[in-house]
Amino acid sequence: MSQVNRSTRRPFMRPMGKWWERDPFFVRYMWREVTAVVVAIYAIVCAVGIVRLSQGEAAWNGFLEALRSPWSILAHMVMLLGMIYHTYSWFEIMPKTMPPMVVDGKRVSATTITTTGLLVAAAAGVLLLLILWGLAP
Amino acid sequence: MKRSNAPIFWAMFGAGGMLSALFGPALVFVTGLAVPMALLLPGDTMSYPRMLHFAQNWFAKGFIFAVVALFVWHAAHRIFHSLHDVHIPANLLSKLACYGTAFVVTVITAWKLLAIGF
Repeated sequence: MSQVNRSTRRPFMRPMGKWWERDPFFVRYMWREVTAVVVAIYAIVCAVGIVRLSQGEAAWNGFLEALRSPWSILAHMVMLLGMIYHTYSWFEIMPKTMPPMVVDGKRVSATTITTTGLLVAAAAGVLLLLILWGLAP
Repeated sequence: MKRSNAPIFWAMFGAGGMLSALFGPALVFVTGLAVPMALLLPGDTMSYPRMLHFAQNWFAKGFIFAVVALFVWHAAHRIFHSLHDVHIPANLLSKLACYGTAFVVTVITAWKLLAIGF
């Protein structure tokens, strides 16, 4: 029966192959989701570092050596761009992902939320760099 | 009615997303670029004795664990929910692949952090 159906009626199926290429909004959405891969890879790099650290000095020095390889440097440059885009997109969609915030009877605008988030993120990043700079030999 | 476990995973997604948005760029820069290339920070910033001492501090240990665990659960949740968009069905197999990886990474990190001692 299905054989007959297939030959007699061919309903239109909208092609959905690379649907995200249709609209710049979808492209931005996809890049935003891809940042999760960067976050995952960085978490795994850190986990590997902890495993190597627990195995002693030789293992840890091997890990440091791997971090100094050109491939690692290149990968971390790409990951840095990915992380920065993650930060930007995280606060860009924050007005939609958080509950509405009301101050003095007026709803806080999307721009205010995004700008505040990005400023806090910049401050947090600088603070972490300063702390690590203070801890450095 | 059975309680949904979804809020737990969404909470970890949110916490990991926020932590990585705040500190992710600086962390990648420090551990992946600044220290290996000896830019701004000395090349021996992450030498074995220093790193061991750092990982033995309870606060630093907690921070390392939070970074690894929350980052990986954030990513697992986000990747799992995006699979449908790239025509990969969200079934038990893909669920196990995503959350299973996060679980394994979390357990190994916790175990090794404890093995490093205090």
